[in-house]
Amino acid sequence: MTDLTLGRATADRDRLLRLLQEYGVYLGVVVLLLLNTVFTPHFLSAENFRTQAVQVAPVLIVALGMALAIGSEGVDLSVGSVMALSTSLLSLYLGYGAWIAVLAAVAGGIVVGVANGALIAFVGVQPIVATLALMVAGRGLALVLLPQLKDVRNPGMAELGSGDVLGVPYLVLIAVALALLVGFVVRRTTFGRQLLALGDSRPAARLAGLPVRRVLIVVYVCSGVLAAIAGVLATARLTASDPTSLGTLMELSAITAVVVGGTPLSGGRVRIGGTVAGAVLIQLLTTTLIKHDLPPSWTQIAQAVVIVLAVYAARERGKR
Amino acid sequence: MTADVESPVHTVSTPEEEALGAGRSERLSALAQQHGALVTLVVAVIAASLSFDTFLTGDNLENMALSSAFLAVVALGMTFVIVTGGIDLSVGSLFALGGVLAAWGSRYGTVVALLLPLAVCGLIGLVNGLLIARSRLAPFIVTLASMLGARGILLSLTDEGSTTYLVDKDSFFATLGQSTVLGIGAPVWITVALFVLGAVVLRRTRFGQYVYAVGGNEDAAALMGAPVARTKISVYTLSGLCAGFAGALNAAWLVSGVTILGTGMELDAISAVVIGGTLLTGGFGFLSGSLVGVLLLKVIQNVINQIGSLDSAYQQVVSGAFLAVVVIAQTWLGRRRRVL
Amino acid sequence: MLSVTGVSKTFPGVRALSSVDFTARTGEVHALIGENGAGKSTLIKVLTGVYRPDEGQVTYDGSPVRFATPLEAQHAGISTIYQEVNLVPLMTVARNLLLGREPRNRLGLIDFRRMHRTADEALRGLGIRVDVRRPLRELGVGAQQMVALARAVSVDARVVVMDEPTSSLEPREVRTLFEVIRTLRERGIAVIYVSHRLDELYEICDTVTVLRDGKVVHTGRIADLDRLRLVSLMLGREIGVVRDEGLTKFTGSHDTAVEPVLQAEELTVRHLLDGVSVAVRPGEVVGLGGLLGSGRTETAKAIAGALRTDSGRVVVAGTTVRTGSTPAAIRAGISLLPEDRKAEGVLPGLSVRENIALAALPGLSRFGLVDEARIDRIVDTFMTRLRIKAAGPHQKVGELSGGNQQKVLLARWLAMHPKVLLLDEPTRGIDVGAKAEVQKLIDELADDGLGVLLISSDTEELIEGSDRVVVLKDGAVVAELTGDAVTEDRLMRAIATAPSASTAAGGPDD
Repeated sequence: MTDLTLGRATADRDRLLRLLQEYGVYLGVVVLLLLNTVFTPHFLSAENFRTQAVQVAPVLIVALGMALAIGSEGVDLSVGSVMALSTSLLSLYLGYGAWIAVLAAVAGGIVVGVANGALIAFVGVQPIVATLALMVAGRGLALVLLPQLKDVRNPGMAELGSGDVLGVPYLVLIAVALALLVGFVVRRTTFGRQLLALGDSRPAARLAGLPVRRVLIVVYVCSGVLAAIAGVLATARLTASDPTSLGTLMELSAITAVVVGGTPLSGGRVRIGGTVAGAVLIQLLTTTLIKHDLPPSWTQIAQAVVIVLAVYAARERGKR
Repeated sequence: MTADVESPVHTVSTPEEEALGAGRSERLSALAQQHGALVTLVVAVIAASLSFDTFLTGDNLENMALSSAFLAVVALGMTFVIVTGGIDLSVGSLFALGGVLAAWGSRYGTVVALLLPLAVCGLIGLVNGLLIARSRLAPFIVTLASMLGARGILLSLTDEGSTTYLVDKDSFFATLGQSTVLGIGAPVWITVALFVLGAVVLRRTRFGQYVYAVGGNEDAAALMGAPVARTKISVYTLSGLCAGFAGALNAAWLVSGVTILGTGMELDAISAVVIGGTLLTGGFGFLSGSLVGVLLLKVIQNVINQIGSLDSAYQQVVSGAFLAVVVIAQTWLGRRRRVL
Repeated sequence: MLSVTGVSKTFPGVRALSSVDFTARTGEVHALIGENGAGKSTLIKVLTGVYRPDEGQVTYDGSPVRFATPLEAQHAGISTIYQEVNLVPLMTVARNLLLGREPRNRLGLIDFRRMHRTADEALRGLGIRVDVRRPLRELGVGAQQMVALARAVSVDARVVVMDEPTSSLEPREVRTLFEVIRTLRERGIAVIYVSHRLDELYEICDTVTVLRDGKVVHTGRIADLDRLRLVSLMLGREIGVVRDEGLTKFTGSHDTAVEPVLQAEELTVRHLLDGVSVAVRPGEVVGLGGLLGSGRTETAKAIAGALRTDSGRVVVAGTTVRTGSTPAAIRAGISLLPEDRKAEGVLPGLSVRENIALAALPGLSRFGLVDEARIDRIVDTFMTRLRIKAAGPHQKVGELSGGNQQKVLLARWLAMHPKVLLLDEPTRGIDVGAKAEVQKLIDELADDGLGVLLISSDTEELIEGSDRVVVLKDGAVVAELTGDAVTEDRLMRAIATAPSASTAAGGPDD
């Protein structure tokens, strides 16, 4: 008898835990929104929401690519450096026109992605190590191309950075569009299905005849391109190229958003909605602390704690 | 499951032939792994001294030795971690935190200046180790988090980085960083001593054997009775201690706790260790290699600085490319071995 | 020395051991044999402290014991040598041998000279000569196993469990191993020896215990048991009175005219397969017989491109298929249901629908976009046709029963319209009802014109399901049973009596 009730109790707790893991991130966002509404003055203003959204956009875009990499049972540590490389390339080619410059920046992302993917898929290097090498080299290359901060004075870029449609900034629109696109790719394309399959079980995917190497390379190229786009957008917003500091610790923020959003580090699952919510959650957390005059150091400590907790929670799910 | 070798269909090379062939290429690749970095270092030094008159001067050499010393101490702890098959990304932050704590603590005497960073950074390393070994979380994510957390602690100690604690120039603590023995800076001597000690621990103690065993085959090590969790916790604690101590030493040398130090240092340390021949997959490595790796990185940096027109950022490109090449080589050598 | 009495162990859904008695005596080599799922590995794990028995008692050295971990058992003197060597390949032989027990000098530092001497002596004591300063991985697998053995013995082991120690050894290395085992026996060590190679068992073992379905079906001196009897005990089939069926040989009489849809010729993989040839005609079910480790799974994997071959050819419907490439084999129409369904077959975290559509995806999409409607139709068709029982197409496959998982895999491949199906243990771990259903499905598929290659440790299933049975032993074809010769008797005879060195095909002539 006791056994039975005990079993039911743990089953209930399991279900609760699972629900919390699945939807905890949304709950967190709602709670933070409510708390801020009550306690933070001037929180409920369109202007504030616009600022928040613009700030979260680059992180979100990078996190989308990171979600793909993590879904394939990998990780991409080079995203921050790709952002720096992208801003350098952008500045360098801005003389030829905004479009050419953006294309050059994205091409940089593709090159880094191909390098990452080739190291992982063909040479067989662990994703952490491969992307670590590109992380070091990428940042260096960015600094070689553009040794110091440079102002970006281009009407097109300025418009991209601060313009809006019906009050919604371009940055936010682009981030939303990319999130929808990546969500669509994961759900509806062959590539998306194959990505999840090989993240779930590499040997089974291989035996089922999936093009494992090709899928892996495309994953890291996607991650590189998204990071490059984030770099372009961040540059447009700051109206300056700063390869020294742009994108530092971005890999950490992106991984946090993905993990907090309920995508397990063990692969086989990609939650785009959760990733978006994860990025928003961290943004709100930062804002909350800042608005209440807590120093940025607290934000860093809080973020460190959140990431460890999220990974710890995900581990419990993985075990079951 | 053995196929029958007496069958006429195919002949199998005898074990002797196999062992011989395997032995030769094994030895070659082992040689490349053990001395590749050293040969590169020698070549780089010769090339640099031929190209730049300013390279082989006492001042320049001492400068390089001093700036290598701090990174080398960090790489020392990192070597232990990587040999167990792990990684520690928090060392850069711990290095900076160690420096700030030492500078702050120096007003209470040298003992506090040394013990405070060791205690705090060792504790963070211990937490890393516990999360990795007991809760079985991935090392890179745990140490990535503590990298952020340690930086946060540093900022909150220094009014968000705006306060720089100074070390009294006449204190014994400052002497530790500033004085020279036989014309060579004290930090260099301390680093050399630590490496000798570390090498003895890694090669000649039971703990060292466990470090290799855990990295080489964790399951087997557990079955053979090695204390796997304890070994892992120890190496992360050691890495934290090394990073904190290196930071303290650096603060003594600079006579201040500079808050912006250490970013990207984890990458330099990992690069140095891997370039020095330690396998990132664990189970194989040696401290002398890490030292050579550090020196190589510093020589490259020095050469790049000497070429006035080049920006120091080239160093990152070079070390990133180096890292990639070494890792590719390791993976390929490793794969050949498995096949053989 | 070490014994268990009345031990039972139940896993969810399976009774792995039921009141098993087993005794290993000092100075005796005790063979432990049984087919897959007979409970051997569970028994070993109970003996070595990996599992705790639900019921029953483990007695060691006269007193009851309860080991919490393998390490505890090891400290008590029970060592296990696993199939894959469990040492640290990058460390030297001496360091492996003495890990945790390194001789130290006064300063507490390791004394390498003494360490090398001790290691060398330990190995010499077993009649093995290797340079103990070399990294372990430079040694052959056999030598590595000797080191593992030396380590076991040097920690004062009194019981040594060997799990398929010879599976990757050269014959010469097997000789050395046997010498070492004899040395151990003389030293009064109890050896528990698990293997499927009958020749070896008869050569080295004194006693034998046969397990089947978690029960001990026989225990006694191995010399008193003839080979045929041993095989029949393992497979659980009684040998009938020897019927005179040598005359009724319809060796491939009826279907020879039809061109085989699959021809595998002289497949050779070092250590695993030795010139294996198999042909399957459309509509035919060919069984691959043989004991565990005879090369059945490897043959299937080699045909499906999942195992790189050293030589040999695979031809499907007249076209040669590139070996060693899974996609090439799949394109040619070969589909493999792997033996290890959980690790290599299903994607447990994905839904039934995703699992079924996985391999056929490129064909079900346009411009990389998945055609959901077509997938729904196909998934629907197969879920009905194969009678897959799931809460719906969106249920995770990991939550389904074994039988339904197998059907999902079958559906995945049928959606590819294969020409040849390779089924490796299709009914293992499936309950009785679902088993009959899967077997019926296999028949139906063959009737539809598919060529089927069936691997099964269940002799009855193999005999009843197959039109022809190719018998493997030690990685080579030793017999082919056709027509009326497809009987359990013949199969067991072929396994028990065929000389292991022959590659001859054809019915066994009594």
